[in-house]
Parts: sequence; structure tokens; C-alpha cells
Amino acid sequence: MNRIPLTAWIGLFLIGLNLVLFLFGPLLAPFGQEEIVGAPFDGPMPGHWLGFDQNGRDMLSRLLYGAQMSIGVSLGAVVLSFSIGIPLGFFAAIRGGWVDLALSRLVDTVMSIPVLISALVVLQALGSSLPVLIVTIACLDSTRVFRLARLVAQGINVMEYAEVARLRGEGLWWMIRKEILPNALPPLVAEFGMRFCFTFLFVAGLSYLGLGVQPPFADWGGMVRDNQQGILYGLYAPLFPAAAIALVTIGVNLVVDWMLAGRTIVQGDNR
Amino acid sequence: MSEILKIRDLRVETASGLELLHGISLDLAKGEILGLIGESGAGKSTIGLAAMGYGRGGCRISGGTIELAGTELASASLRQREAVRGARIAYVAQSAAAAFNPAQRLEQQIVEGPLRHGVMTAAEARAWMLELFTALQLPEPEAFGRRYPHQVSGGQLQRAMVAMAMACKPDILVLDEPTTALDVTTQIEVLALLRETIHKYGTSALYITHDLAVIAQIADRLIVLRDGAEIESGTTEQILEAPRHEYTRRLVAERAESLTAAPGAHHRTGETLLALSGVAAGYGSKPVLAGIDLTVRRGETVAIVGESGSGKSTLARVVAGLLPPSEGLLDFADAPLPPSYTKRPRDLLRRIQLIYQLPDVALNPRQSVAETIGRPLELYRGLKGRALRAEVAHLLGLIGLAPEMADRLPGALSGGQKQRVCIARALAAKPDLMICDEVTSALDPLVAEEILRLLRRLQDDFGMTYLFITHDLSVVRRLADRTVVMQQGRIVEAAETETLFTAPQEAYTQRLLDSVPQLDRGWLDRVLTARGG
Repeated sequence: MNRIPLTAWIGLFLIGLNLVLFLFGPLLAPFGQEEIVGAPFDGPMPGHWLGFDQNGRDMLSRLLYGAQMSIGVSLGAVVLSFSIGIPLGFFAAIRGGWVDLALSRLVDTVMSIPVLISALVVLQALGSSLPVLIVTIACLDSTRVFRLARLVAQGINVMEYAEVARLRGEGLWWMIRKEILPNALPPLVAEFGMRFCFTFLFVAGLSYLGLGVQPPFADWGGMVRDNQQGILYGLYAPLFPAAAIALVTIGVNLVVDWMLAGRTIVQGDNR
Repeated sequence: MSEILKIRDLRVETASGLELLHGISLDLAKGEILGLIGESGAGKSTIGLAAMGYGRGGCRISGGTIELAGTELASASLRQREAVRGARIAYVAQSAAAAFNPAQRLEQQIVEGPLRHGVMTAAEARAWMLELFTALQLPEPEAFGRRYPHQVSGGQLQRAMVAMAMACKPDILVLDEPTTALDVTTQIEVLALLRETIHKYGTSALYITHDLAVIAQIADRLIVLRDGAEIESGTTEQILEAPRHEYTRRLVAERAESLTAAPGAHHRTGETLLALSGVAAGYGSKPVLAGIDLTVRRGETVAIVGESGSGKSTLARVVAGLLPPSEGLLDFADAPLPPSYTKRPRDLLRRIQLIYQLPDVALNPRQSVAETIGRPLELYRGLKGRALRAEVAHLLGLIGLAPEMADRLPGALSGGQKQRVCIARALAAKPDLMICDEVTSALDPLVAEEILRLLRRLQDDFGMTYLFITHDLSVVRRLADRTVVMQQGRIVEAAETETLFTAPQEAYTQRLLDSVPQLDRGWLDRVLTARGG
């Protein structure tokens, strides 16, 4: 812990920067996110440092507004999906038997339908409001978290220290909280970093189909899609939101790498 | 005699710059067997691997020279080193099961070396392999090579690995604890064949082990190592009979004592605490235990002895409630004991505690010593806050750990300290019965001795009852009031320890007793003559 490597500093800086954008983005934006202040796809100029989007709105302002939406939706969905997936996965692993069977087959069933299609059906039926969007993504994503959590917990549950705890008469809550969770954290933290990034792209995919974040609200994934035709003409516009997504992704993964370095426990290795 | 391997001032360090070997020098003559002995972390295996110009897990040779038959290896290129490995110097690992590729037939893996190095044609390599199989007394040499690793026994696989190492007719064998993972009765066979084969082909060997009695049978000279430095070297006789260094003296004395102490302990015993009658158990449809009758009285130590597969650990799991028996009755303190631990009330769980073989996996790596020891106190006795901390400190004192250790995580403890914490955790529950499942097997001899002393002291002070499961007869000898010998899931013989050691009734018990290596050079020959005649 005492020596933080350069890569981790870069990651922390990127996350810090995004946190500021997430909290204060709209306050920093020079223009409104719906304001048309220039010509479509105009390049950067003084006062509009990142140029304009396909409707002539200020790119910088939309990026700043979009930070709240994009990071908020992804973070919310991932946190929720982990809160669902981890306890259920641990529960299935510890109980085993029919509990495990029922939960696992349910998850298999959900996973057998392509995520995008399930999401489309749910969002179409319930309408695409923000809470529905977040909960839908979280539920679909939690199946993957469940699988990982169950697998890791099964490995820990057969360790002798878990056996000692069971023989001591510990309850389910203690097993999950004290024996399994602390030892399962490394792979789960790594998965958190990955899932966060995937969710970003998934939200963008949904927006493309008109079921994600609804216009006129800006979100980074949606902005890439809206401006994508610009790339054919060698314009900068789609690069800015894409770069924003890339930076968050890189930042999160650098920090996750650092947190995991030297802390992964090789199971069954007793040397 | 001409030196085939000459190591001078060898230094090896880890990737992070920690020095593991501090200037080791040794000479190995042609046809000589040199023993490297020391506890874990002494650098024995590191020397063995460095002799092949290899550093394990990112370690690198940072100084000194390694001269193998005139070739300098320490500074040689990777290509040069690879040309030597397997061909001129070959390695035999502790676990043959982990060293063979499970997906290939044995012969494929054995002839691979000679073909890869281009020292023999396929036909020659095969013929040589068959000769080695015959020399190593493997059954049906022709058919043996066509088997897969999982189709042969542990002792056979270990011999097959010796054949694999000998496949290129190397000048030197590096034998890294080649018999440690084997049962005592199998160990004798492998040891005898190993010695015979090495002598027959005039091969030199570096023999690495932690067991003085084993190495006494095979090595011409010994080097005693500790913390990556040589402590003492000399001929085997000289070191066994007149060790000069304090550490060597303790090693020899400990081993000698464990083999010659008067057998049996005599504790004041009370009423019957645990009784098993007609117990049978198994995994799935495979029966492991059958017709087990056993009683343990309060205050005594009952040892269960057997080789791997004898069902001794299964018996421990049955008593602990982890494996409900398929037949038979368990009684504990004059009341029936529910078969599964899930059906036992908490107080009953408290009264039977289990201590495991590997303290590394028996301690939660994310719980500090204080949390680990404190939890049973909290759960069973409802201690909190200051009272809890005081009791943890008291327990740490009992097991001989400093109070500062309370905040450490298991990763920052040595193997012996971890096992002490496991004992303290069991002790915290104030149990009536402690089941000790091979508690000293994973520890170095001197550390194991301290753990045994601790267990004995706890018994004297608190009248603890032990069910002691082990494969090591020298442990049983000094510790147990009564000894039960198991073979293939059945009890072969049960008697007072003294009676069992001095006048065993069953042939298997006698064989087991004979197989414990003794600390004199002629032991192996005597046993072999006795068997032959």
C-alpha cells in the first residue's frame, strides 16, 4: 500500500477527474445541453474548444452534462447488479443442493437469451425511464456476477477454514460476510472494473436503438452514435465522447490492477 | 576421484532482490551421493535447481560459478543450459503425480528426453527405458510404459519418474525429496531401488531431504543447510555420530530421541468419552470404513495410525460430523452423537474440536489472529470487549505466542506459528475432545517437536483428550496411551502403545514398525536382508 505506482496515480487522477465531472459537470458547462449555438460539425474554435455536434450544440457542454448521465447510469447499474449477484451467488454456493440448482438454472435460462433482446423486450414493455433502464441492466448483468460469485464461493467454501466455521455452528450471514466475501474480493473487484466499462457500451447500444438514455439528454455512448457519420468525413466530433469513454475505462482498470497486484490468493497453494 | 560438479560461492536471489543463497560451495565426485539436508526455506531445492542453471519463480543466479563436467553454467546462455538439462543433469521432483503429464502415456514422456536431445534413436531409447524399468523392478516392463500416470500406484509413478530422469543417461541426478510423499512401507522399496540404480550406473546424485534417517541410508556425504548457508558438512557417519554445530546436534538429537524414547504415555483416564460401534462410512457408493469399534476415555491420547487410503482421516471426519456414517452408532459422553454436525447443538459442536494438517488453509487469510481466536470465545462464551481481549492474550500466552501477534494476519506467521493459532482456536472452545489430523506432518522436524510438546503440556494442564491421527509412528511412540493401526478402512490392531511397539500381534503392524527409517547407516540393508530371508 505504501508505494503507489505511476500507473495507479494516472488511474486515480482519471477517476478523480471523472468524479468531478460527475458531480459538477452541468455547473461547469458554458452552454446548455440542448442549446444550438453553432453550425453542425463545426471544428474547435475559441469559446467552443471541442467544436460542435451534429445539431450544432457545443460539444464540451454536452460532454460535461453527459458525464452525469453516463457515469451515473453505469455506476448505478453495476453497483445494483453486484448487490444482487454476489449475495445470491454466495447463497447458492453455501447451501448447494436444490437451492443452487434452482438459482443456477434460472440464471442459465436468462443468460440463454441475448442480453440486448431481453433488454429490448423489458424496456419496450415498461417504457424507457431512467430507473427502469438501470434496474433492467442491473438484473441482466447480475446473472454474470452470480456465476462468478458462485464459482469463487464454491472454491472458498471447501477450504478448511470455512469448514471450521461451519463446525463452529456459524450461520449463513457470518459465512457470507466473514469467511467468503473477504476472500472472494480480488476476482470480484476485477470483475467490477470490467462490468462498469461494458455497461457504458451497453447503454450506448440501447440508446442507438432508441431505448437507452432519451434525447435531448446527453450521454457519452449516445453521443458517439449520434456523431458517428462524422467519422466518414474526417471530423473530430465522434472522437471526443469516445475518448471520454476510453479514459474512464482506462482509469478504472489501472486502479483495479493496482488494487489486485500481489493480493490475489492462489487457492490450494500451501507452499 | 574426479569432480563432476563444482559449485563455488553460489548466490541466488529473488526477482525483488532478496538473497536466498549466501555463497554455497560444494563438490560432487563421480558416483557419489551428496545429501543436502535442512528445514523448509533452507535453500535445498534452490541449490538443486541452480545446479541445473535454473532459477524457480523468477529467481536468478546472482553470483558464483557452477561447473558441470567442465562446462560453466552460471554464465552460460539459455541454449547452452537447455542442452545440459535433462541430458547431463536431471531432476526428480517430490510429487511424481504433479510432474507427469496426465494426458500422455508414460513411455511417451520417458523417451521424449533422449529424442529431444538427440542422444539416442527411438529404438535405443525404448530399449534403455525397458532396462531401467527392469532395474527399478516395475511390473511387466513391456506393458508398463503404455499406461497413463493415473493407472499406476504412487510408488510406481515415483520410480517411473526416476526412469524418466535417467532416460538420457545423465551424469548427475538431482533428487528433491523423492520419497517424502510416499507411505513408509513404499518408501523403503523406492529408496532401496534408487540406491541400487544409482550405484549400478555410476551416476552421481544430489539428494535433497529434510529427513535425516532417510538420507543416512543413501548419502555418502552430507551438507547441513540453514537459511541459505552451509552450517556443517562431512561424511554421513561423521555428522550422525559427532555433529559439531549446535543446530545439527539438535536435529540429530530430536530424531534419535523420537526413535528411541520409551513407547507409550500413561495419563490418568476417566470415563468413556467417545464410543464408536460398528461404524461404516464412505463417499458415494465407495465404502471407506467398515466395522470400526473404538472407545476413547477422558484424558487419554488415542493414536490412529495408517498409510494413505487406510481411512484414518475419514474416521476423523465421521467423529467431527462432516461425514455421516452409513452404519453404526456414535456415543459421546454417554449420549448418542447426532451423525451430522448440522444436527448437533452448538454446545456439542464446542466440545469436539478438529485441528487440521495444513494450517495455511485452516486459517482464514483475511482474519487476524485475534479475530480467529476470539470468535469461539464470542460465540460460545459470549465474551466481549476488554474481557475478550484479555482472554485472547491469555490463550496466546498458553500457546507461546507474543501478545503483539494478535493483530497479525496468517500470511505474516510462520508455519509453526500458524499451527499454534489453530490449536489456540480449538482451545478457546474449551473442548472435551480434540481431533488432531496429521497436525505435525507439514512442519519441519524441530517445529513439529515443539508443537507436540505444546499438545502434551495442554494435556497435562487441562486433562485434554486427544484423538491423534497420523502416519508417523515416531510421533505416536511418545504421545499416545493407546494406538490403533488401520489398513484399508479396518482396524488391524489396537493395543496399549507400549505393547504394540514391543510385541505387535499382526504382521502388518510389524511391517509398519520395521519401515520407520532408523538413524544408522546399516538400517536399510538390515531390513532388506530380513525381508529377503
